[in-house]
Amino acid sequence: MSETSTRTRRPAGADVVTEAERIRNVLVDPGDRPTRAGAVSASLTYGWRALLKIKHVPEQLFDVTVFPIMMTVMFTYIFGGALAGSVGDYVQFLIPGIFAQTLIMVTMYTGLTLNRDVSKGIFDRFRSLPTWRPAQLVGALLGDQVRYILAGIIILAVGFIMGFRPDGGISGVLAAFVMLLVFAFSLSWVWTLVSLAVRTEQAAMGVSMFILMPLTFASNIFVRPETMPSWLERAVEVNPVSVVVSTIRELMAGTFDAGSVGVVLVYCAVLVAVFGPLSMMLYNRKS
Amino acid sequence: MSTSPAIEATGLVKHFGDTKAVDGVDLTIARGGVYGVLGPNGAGKTTAIRMLATLLRPDGGQARVLGHDVITEAAAVREKIALTGQFASLDEDLTGLENLVLLGKLQGYSFATARRRGAELLEAFGLADATNRQVKKYSGGMRRRLDIAGSLLTTPELIFLDEPTTGIDPRSRNQVWDIIRTLVAAGTTVLLTTQYLEEADQLANRLAVIDHGKVIAEGTPGQLKAQVGSGTVQARVSDPERRDEAAEILARVLGADVDAAADPAAIHARIDSHAHAAAALSALEEAEIAVETFALGQPSLDEVFLALTGRPAETDDRTDDSAAGAEDAATEEKASTR
Repeated sequence: MSETSTRTRRPAGADVVTEAERIRNVLVDPGDRPTRAGAVSASLTYGWRALLKIKHVPEQLFDVTVFPIMMTVMFTYIFGGALAGSVGDYVQFLIPGIFAQTLIMVTMYTGLTLNRDVSKGIFDRFRSLPTWRPAQLVGALLGDQVRYILAGIIILAVGFIMGFRPDGGISGVLAAFVMLLVFAFSLSWVWTLVSLAVRTEQAAMGVSMFILMPLTFASNIFVRPETMPSWLERAVEVNPVSVVVSTIRELMAGTFDAGSVGVVLVYCAVLVAVFGPLSMMLYNRKS
Repeated sequence: MSTSPAIEATGLVKHFGDTKAVDGVDLTIARGGVYGVLGPNGAGKTTAIRMLATLLRPDGGQARVLGHDVITEAAAVREKIALTGQFASLDEDLTGLENLVLLGKLQGYSFATARRRGAELLEAFGLADATNRQVKKYSGGMRRRLDIAGSLLTTPELIFLDEPTTGIDPRSRNQVWDIIRTLVAAGTTVLLTTQYLEEADQLANRLAVIDHGKVIAEGTPGQLKAQVGSGTVQARVSDPERRDEAAEILARVLGADVDAAADPAAIHARIDSHAHAAAALSALEEAEIAVETFALGQPSLDEVFLALTGRPAETDDRTDDSAAGAEDAATEEKASTR
């Protein structure tokens, strides 16, 4: 080793520095360490890592670009005529719903990515650092917000092209968007728990779909619940997804109802309060 | 700085289902120097390290690291240690610099300081050319160096290196050894696990030999060797006809048992010290026996285990078919990478 360092250093002449000296020179004093990173700063740093991964592996955006376009176009043209008489009328009803459904479906990938990530060596190192532990999961979810925003913009753009004209204007759409992002963040904790509880990515996918299918289809996304049998109608009305979709429709239509927004926020708080700590418990025990 | 030992563990136990990965490990490791934990694959080394590094909760026993309990004071332990895992603890998708900035930020540095520290470390570890290259495109040796650099953004009081040279080429291995010696000289305590006796002998001040989740021997490399015998002499004479004569001379001068090998010109001797090796070579010369090779060898890990346990080292104690298959596959893989 000293051979190479001498060889590369010699042309410089005077100071021949060995590798050992170079390494010793960059070591800081053991007592000289910065104050521990705070919870917010650590979460944002892990979020930054998620963004870097998107930058280096842009293919991972496939699900948040192609999937939303497919969903929006397919459902509008397949069901539009049959359910609402015309595609034009159905677009006004469906776009807010498909907007919510697609983002909810996309949250599932958060869990799948985490399932793959946690088993890698880097998580051992993360877990050995003196940071606020939930930051490792919170940061991953924050990074995913970028994916959700991208998916949301694409759906709204496709919807606009197909004739969707919300009465609430830009401010109504933005309010709905923000609320949906909060819900998506809260719901992601469910997939975080699933992904930490099962061993493989396939199993995480299976369990997630098992939860997602009834949650999104037994809702008011595609049809009005009044057409359903009364027992199902009641189930659909308490489904958190229905509550979110109704609120999004209201906001996009330009009506702000503090009551329904409040209910959504309560659902969000419950999701985080239940699934956050459960996820952390599994995460801390993961070997 | 307090004077508590770097590590004090008593009766550490960890089960995975029916397998006792760690089965009552007691260790006291003083501050400073390199402490080697030697053992074959599946002996429980990694599990023991993961418990000491607060990644895994022990099922039984107690451990204090740098004076802090690994369970109740895990956060305090994490502030003082760094861990370099057996499989590179790096983000493969990110570049070398991004990995270091990430770890620097998480230690509490500002972005600018983390970037400066990252660049300094890359330069010192000879990775400046690979600053903006994704880690997945690094060679094994480069990864290992970056991995260690990732533990040095701040200087830990104790660094865990889990098999830092497994699977890398000899040149990179020597670089890693130099890095470890530098760290020790700077005052960091190093806990190193290894499968290689030579590595432990090169670096460690003290050693524990672990097998089946238990410490089966502990002491300085010298003490362990005294138990095992310090090595072998392997000689090969030019004229096979004179082998018996040479064997007699070696047996007399070395005072050791001498075996005739399958090769009709070769002789093996197990010796307790290298002291008489030079005399043995001179004696052969005086007798005018031409010697082609005369080599001093370290006892292998197998010989250590044979001496300590009366059986060779197994790579896995679960002797079912799948384990045997995995073992074969691993051996093949090693052979093909050469």
